[in-house]
Amino acid sequence: MTSRLSARGLTVGYGGDPVVHDLTVDIPDGQVTTIVGPNGCGKSTLVRTLARLMSPTSGQVVLDGAPITSLGTRDIATRLSLLPQSPIAPEGLLVRDLIGRGRHPHQRWFAQWSQQDEEVVVAAMAMTDTSDLRDRPLDQLSGGQRQRAWIAMTLAQDTDLMLLDEPTTYLDLAHQVEVLDLVCRLNRERSRTVVMVLHDLNLAARYSDLVVVMHDGRIVTQGPPTDVFTAEMLSDVFGLEAEILSDPRTGLPIVVPVSSSANPASTVISTTALAG
Amino acid sequence: MTLLQEQRSQRLLSTPLRVGPTSWLVPVRAGLVTAMSVGLLAILVVLDLALGDFEMPVGTVISTLFGGGDPASEFIIHELRLPQTTVAMLTGTALGLAGALTQTFARNPLASPDILGITEGAAVGAVSVIVLSGAGGFGGGLVSGTLQSLGVPVAAFLGGLLTATALYILSWRHGIDGQRLVLIGIGLGATLTAVVSWLLVKARIQDAASAQVWLTGSLNARGWDHAKPVLLALVVLVPLSLLLVRHLNALQLGDDSARGLGTRLQTTQLLTLVAAVGLTSVAVSAVGPLEFVAFVVPQVALRLTGGSRPPLLASMTLGACLVVGADLVTRVVIPFAIPAGLVTAAIGAPYLIWLLLRTNRKVTA
Repeated sequence: MTSRLSARGLTVGYGGDPVVHDLTVDIPDGQVTTIVGPNGCGKSTLVRTLARLMSPTSGQVVLDGAPITSLGTRDIATRLSLLPQSPIAPEGLLVRDLIGRGRHPHQRWFAQWSQQDEEVVVAAMAMTDTSDLRDRPLDQLSGGQRQRAWIAMTLAQDTDLMLLDEPTTYLDLAHQVEVLDLVCRLNRERSRTVVMVLHDLNLAARYSDLVVVMHDGRIVTQGPPTDVFTAEMLSDVFGLEAEILSDPRTGLPIVVPVSSSANPASTVISTTALAG
Repeated sequence: MTLLQEQRSQRLLSTPLRVGPTSWLVPVRAGLVTAMSVGLLAILVVLDLALGDFEMPVGTVISTLFGGGDPASEFIIHELRLPQTTVAMLTGTALGLAGALTQTFARNPLASPDILGITEGAAVGAVSVIVLSGAGGFGGGLVSGTLQSLGVPVAAFLGGLLTATALYILSWRHGIDGQRLVLIGIGLGATLTAVVSWLLVKARIQDAASAQVWLTGSLNARGWDHAKPVLLALVVLVPLSLLLVRHLNALQLGDDSARGLGTRLQTTQLLTLVAAVGLTSVAVSAVGPLEFVAFVVPQVALRLTGGSRPPLLASMTLGACLVVGADLVTRVVIPFAIPAGLVTAAIGAPYLIWLLLRTNRKVTA
């Protein structure tokens, strides 16, 4: 298993107690890796540090064999792209302008819109099914359309490694599935390496090659979904009493909460995920 | 919409241009707006030169500008009117660009140098020199020697720069947030306005009067000496700003996205702020705080060009139109002389109120 991106003994904090403790992980090339864990476990911090948005207090992120701090930020941007958790766009920004901005690291002041820029953007639109939306302002799109446009922007950056921080937040289930199907196709058809943070465990089980489970800034366990999702893990990490069923069509695990010591109502919420 | 119409509407906004290894995305609509505002500016400049206490036919103005014309018109145009019109044009250009830069930088239409307190900072610098340097008056001897000889422009520039530095440091918390920048800027501006009032109260009456005239933003009796620093600043800072455009576009998508796209965030922010402060300070030191030009013009330019951020070139040309127009109004239309700053304020203040109402509605809706 090769790995272009990895974390070595990473400790990251915002001043007080570290949010990520002495964490080591290798992101397998050409696979979809999903980081799951309860709120505040350090998932986003890990992804942001992997994308050099945060500096570790100790340890380092290694990209293509070199410490990421030794690489220029634009150089990194041609190898690794990031979709932040809540990206912002100015009022009136057109979809094609947004997607075009993904070409930023490939451009220079004298080469601001090459033939290649145009071709990559057109391909990114086709892949994400946003071609028809290209002349519309981003703020007039539905949540799912908007997220597809953002993913197209990340795709236009044309990097093998893509980091997506909670790409399904605020989307209804149908749109979550739409976005994750797209992520899956990027991985299968364009052989992109994807790292994402997800909250919904059933979607994580369904769309990941590798699941990394975090708790209190550390990795508790990692592996294929069928190995990782056990009743014991859910109880230890999430404080959730759940049964693990097997999807009759795919054989992948399905988490069915039985009851929760913290919040009984979560039974209702999580079972709706089965519809996906 | 048919495919052809769709393509046409796209072309209207921008079209690619590729020559050898270079390639550009030419903003067609913004280019048209810029060209039309240059035309408007030419008309305003000629009118500004022709009209006044002594009216001149437009033909004479144009021929005098290009070297023909009798000694009398030569004197009126080249010695009396052209310097003032040039100063109006240059300061308008500088203020329009400065506003477009800060509004893009802070992702906020309120974030213009006059709202952020940078203009007030420059005013404190200038008024200090005017008031404190008068011999025998308040603070006589306090400001003398070097500072006095450097005079109002340098003091205004230092005041603007110090304010911007304070603004930057006070708003810094793991990065710069536009909202926080505006709030702190408004606070700084209010404090500095109080400082100006205090200086005026303490000043000798003659000094206070001359400071007051300067404070309302007057274009009266401006000469080539006033134009030079502004021109110099434009020559250096316009190319710098145009190089920053690409990075400002990335910056608009938020700090995380901008850094993810490989932009050096802090360098871009710092250079943008330095350029805006430089432009504002030279403009303010030349004509005083011309209120609201930097605030209104970029937003008008944005509405006209239909992009997602204030266009730099159109903001410059429209800024020049506004200030030359204000000069024309104060000298010709209104029967008694008023400072040009009052005209720009009369346009800007209602816009500020409208913008605040609209923003407020958006939040509550």
